[in-house]
Amino acid sequence: MSLAKRIIPCLDVDNGRVVKGVKFVDIRDAGDPVEIARRYDREGADEITFLDITATHDNRDTIVHVVEQVASEVFIPLTVGGGIRTLDDIRRMLNAGADKVGINSAAVFNPDFVREAAERFGSQCIVVAIDAKKVSAPGEPSRWEIFTHGGRKPAGIDAIAWAKKMVDFGAGEILLTSMDRDGTREGFDLPLTRAISEAVTVPVIASGGVGNLDHLADGIIDGKADAVLAASIFHFAEYTIGQAKQQMASRGIEVRL
Amino acid sequence: MSSVAVIDYGMGNLHSIVKALQHAAPEADVVCVSDADVILNADRVVFPGVGAIRDCMQALNQSGLSDVIQQVAKTKPLLGICLGMQALLTDSEENGGTPCLDVFSGHVVHFSEPLKDGNGNSLKIPHMGWNQVHQLQQHPLWENIPQDSRFYFVHSYYAKPDNAAIMAATTQYPEAFTCALTQDNVFAVQFHPEKSQAVGLQLLKNFLHWDGQA
Repeated sequence: MSLAKRIIPCLDVDNGRVVKGVKFVDIRDAGDPVEIARRYDREGADEITFLDITATHDNRDTIVHVVEQVASEVFIPLTVGGGIRTLDDIRRMLNAGADKVGINSAAVFNPDFVREAAERFGSQCIVVAIDAKKVSAPGEPSRWEIFTHGGRKPAGIDAIAWAKKMVDFGAGEILLTSMDRDGTREGFDLPLTRAISEAVTVPVIASGGVGNLDHLADGIIDGKADAVLAASIFHFAEYTIGQAKQQMASRGIEVRL
Repeated sequence: MSSVAVIDYGMGNLHSIVKALQHAAPEADVVCVSDADVILNADRVVFPGVGAIRDCMQALNQSGLSDVIQQVAKTKPLLGICLGMQALLTDSEENGGTPCLDVFSGHVVHFSEPLKDGNGNSLKIPHMGWNQVHQLQQHPLWENIPQDSRFYFVHSYYAKPDNAAIMAATTQYPEAFTCALTQDNVFAVQFHPEKSQAVGLQLLKNFLHWDGQA
């Protein structure tokens, strides 16, 4: 009897369409974020995260409409990340029905933005997204640094120190993505996840690398994460959220069934 | 069907609660308002809120809505949610001590750190996610909601009422804390029914059909 560990499917949205992992889904639903969000809600997702990867500024309104539509019929927490740079960006997302926003690069360029956002909207809706990559050589004690621009640009900042700083500045949650594992389907970077989770007082969402259901459970048990995020294993309809929860429960993890 | 006023005092996003109320009871007339007359004329009132208590109380006191809520609490069904629940207590230790509306006698306190679970793992603050709500009394708002259902929480402070008789439910984190209070025509919850899927919608539906009697 305690707090359940969360499973959070993530939808990468480009110009209002989900861009990966749709090949086995009924073609009518393929790529429609509202349809996919509905399905995840039915399957028992604990939250849903939208990552807006729309490149052009002009098309950013589309994610607002997606969130509005989903929030009108799906009554679980919704997070929107990608391109959140100003207090006004946050306000728009919250007004559209998002419960939380993910701040990534903007926090690196201007850490005070996180403080201002938490003061204005409350820590409960500020998720700081951290993209981390291992920089230590084999044999050295593990060390990770943060990267921006989808993992392309090193920021030269230690990931653990950065996570602590973001919590001090008001982050209510950390979304931690391993750039080494993202897209590999080899599982989370468990030492990284554990190091960050043990270093901060707020919940940590593990992300990057999930290829099977055991990886999710590993993230909780070995990575000490409070929640696990995955995209492609759910989009491809390889596994349902329900199956993921059953698997986690079978390994002794408390989940909302 | 009755009218429901959702109090808008500039604290947080009311989109979700309005949509959830409309979804739970499509025949209800849901309005999002800051106007005292509209609130006082509604059949029932929802008092939501997120953020810090000092800002919340400042907004309520400056707009005169404090008095309005205290009046509503004496006259018609009122549902406090999250910070809206906390604001109904006597005071909160948040922001160095903040006097609140004193509809429920008691205090709002922070989870004591460091929290540990039974295995010695530290528990995170805020208490965020789906946790079980253990109903302590029969009440119309719990109708068709199974005992120990999971609702969505996100908070770092919780209510400690002076009188245990007004506790409607508790949740474990790791000790039991009060997550729902009720007294006469007022019901208040720490969790977010508007974000708690089917059981949350059921609670909102129950509220929309509640006559204010226990």
